[in-house]
Amino acid sequence: MKINQISLFLENKPGHLNAICRTLADSGINIVTLSLADTQQFGIVRLIVEDWKKAKAALEKAGYVVNVREVVAATVSDTPGGMAEILDVVSAAGVNIEYMYAFTARRGDSAVLIFRFDKPDAAIAALQAAGRDVLPSVELFKTR
Amino acid sequence: MTTAPVVENAHWQREIECLPPDALRALQLARLRETVARVAQTPFYREAFARLGVSADAIRTLADIRRLPFTAKDDLRAHYPDGFLAVPRSQAARWHGSSGTTGKPTFVAYTRNDLAVWADLCARFLVAGGIRACHTVQVAFGYGLFTGGFGLHYGLERVGAAVIPVSSGNTERQITVLRDMRPEGLICTPSYALKLMETLAQQGVAPGSLALRLAHFGGEPWTEDMRRRIEDGLGILCFNNYGLSEIQGPGVSGECGYRLGMHVYEDCFLVEVVNPETLEPVPDGEPGELVFTTLAREAFPILRYRTRDIAAITRKPCPCGRTSCRMSRVTGRTDDMLVIRGVNVYPSQIEEALLRVDGTAPHYRIEVTRPGALDAVTVHVEMSAALFSDSMARLQETRRRLAHAIQSVAGIGVAINLVEPQTLERFEGKARRVVDRRNLSDPGTL
Repeated sequence: MKINQISLFLENKPGHLNAICRTLADSGINIVTLSLADTQQFGIVRLIVEDWKKAKAALEKAGYVVNVREVVAATVSDTPGGMAEILDVVSAAGVNIEYMYAFTARRGDSAVLIFRFDKPDAAIAALQAAGRDVLPSVELFKTR
Repeated sequence: MTTAPVVENAHWQREIECLPPDALRALQLARLRETVARVAQTPFYREAFARLGVSADAIRTLADIRRLPFTAKDDLRAHYPDGFLAVPRSQAARWHGSSGTTGKPTFVAYTRNDLAVWADLCARFLVAGGIRACHTVQVAFGYGLFTGGFGLHYGLERVGAAVIPVSSGNTERQITVLRDMRPEGLICTPSYALKLMETLAQQGVAPGSLALRLAHFGGEPWTEDMRRRIEDGLGILCFNNYGLSEIQGPGVSGECGYRLGMHVYEDCFLVEVVNPETLEPVPDGEPGELVFTTLAREAFPILRYRTRDIAAITRKPCPCGRTSCRMSRVTGRTDDMLVIRGVNVYPSQIEEALLRVDGTAPHYRIEVTRPGALDAVTVHVEMSAALFSDSMARLQETRRRLAHAIQSVAGIGVAINLVEPQTLERFEGKARRVVDRRNLSDPGTL
């Protein structure tokens, strides 16, 4: 149920994100979704790709430091209060969200959000017990 | 070329400061022989004398000093903390310390008599540079292991001046004291004087409204250009003095009112200038590494201490009447030590700090600039697998930990700039880790 996300360190300078995307493109790797966390000086690029091992190898070969983390893709009802419901479930389970970002496609009348939890397994169990959809990578890549 | 002194030509210990050259040489020789006899009991020199086959009897002329061993910072460290102590521990009256290439300071001791001599030597340059018993003087050097604060403090008291021991930092408070207590004199690093000048301007305080007239600077290299800026900006006279904690602290040399280099107090310190590669003497007037032998110290006598400071000396007579040689400003180092806001810092200390956080030393570059009055250090650190995290909070925490580790090992605040892997230049052989963008190599006029 968990999805492997790769992240990279990036200086906040023109062309630097482009170089990462170019490296992946040259290896025939498609970016499923991408999120940027940034400060004035530097940023973190977080990527979900179909073949994370291949992407990691290509990026490391190009000299990047690559970090792999397990994240969880959960659907959130695209209606008022949808987000609050999900957050109620995870906070009741005592799970902390380190960061989150939205997936680029919708799934029916739901949005897909990517969560980095401090306790992914506990979060998945709590979400499933509350009847929320947690998407395995196969499903996630189909939504596109 | 200065033809008249900028302050009244005065001496603190006229007789000894103006001793005829022959008498000075005779005094130096007698004291050198005493010093050699005294250090012969300490482990480092006992071993070195045995190896070189020398003793106090071997010293018949001052030129015989070349038969004696050099002493390096590493030798002090190898005998940490008190292996160079030449008196019973009970006779030590004070200990100071200086930064080393690792986190540990090296300690130096003073007897009661050493402290009295030290106060007189500081009094020499203070009086030569216009300080009198009627003056109030603000000391903005740190009081602590650093020799600057206490050294100047007791020198000023010896002169009879009133001391305001503000210690370093807290610029707001320094300015309050300058305005309200109206000291005529100021003791600090030259870059801190520039900082005070900038802050006064920001606060709209006219320097002419203060009583300040004289400043004595030391603790870091500076230039004639900085002297002009501070003198014009504050409407004061600034004097340069020199010292290093290993052989005493301030009061090894200092300017007189003619400001033609710093008079070395040769009755207490024998100075040599050597080529740092060959260790052979260089001719007068040519730059080389300063090497000092203490001639009056009881607790921590040191022979031929290699300072790593580059300067030149001249023996041309000075119009002030002092017969000692004069040394130029320090124009550089023979090692990679940096002086940052008056604190001695070695790149190896920064490397050690990075190692503590990362586990394996990452590639790094130390960049020193002086954006305004004060030195600023940025340490560029290449991202490594051990340092990187997908969490921004953790990455920011890593930056804080790196800066904190450097603060605790090297004693200076730095900015950490994280850079992408493999972006810092690689070096074959000895890495050039430091980019110093300050322009501080100005010998001044001798």
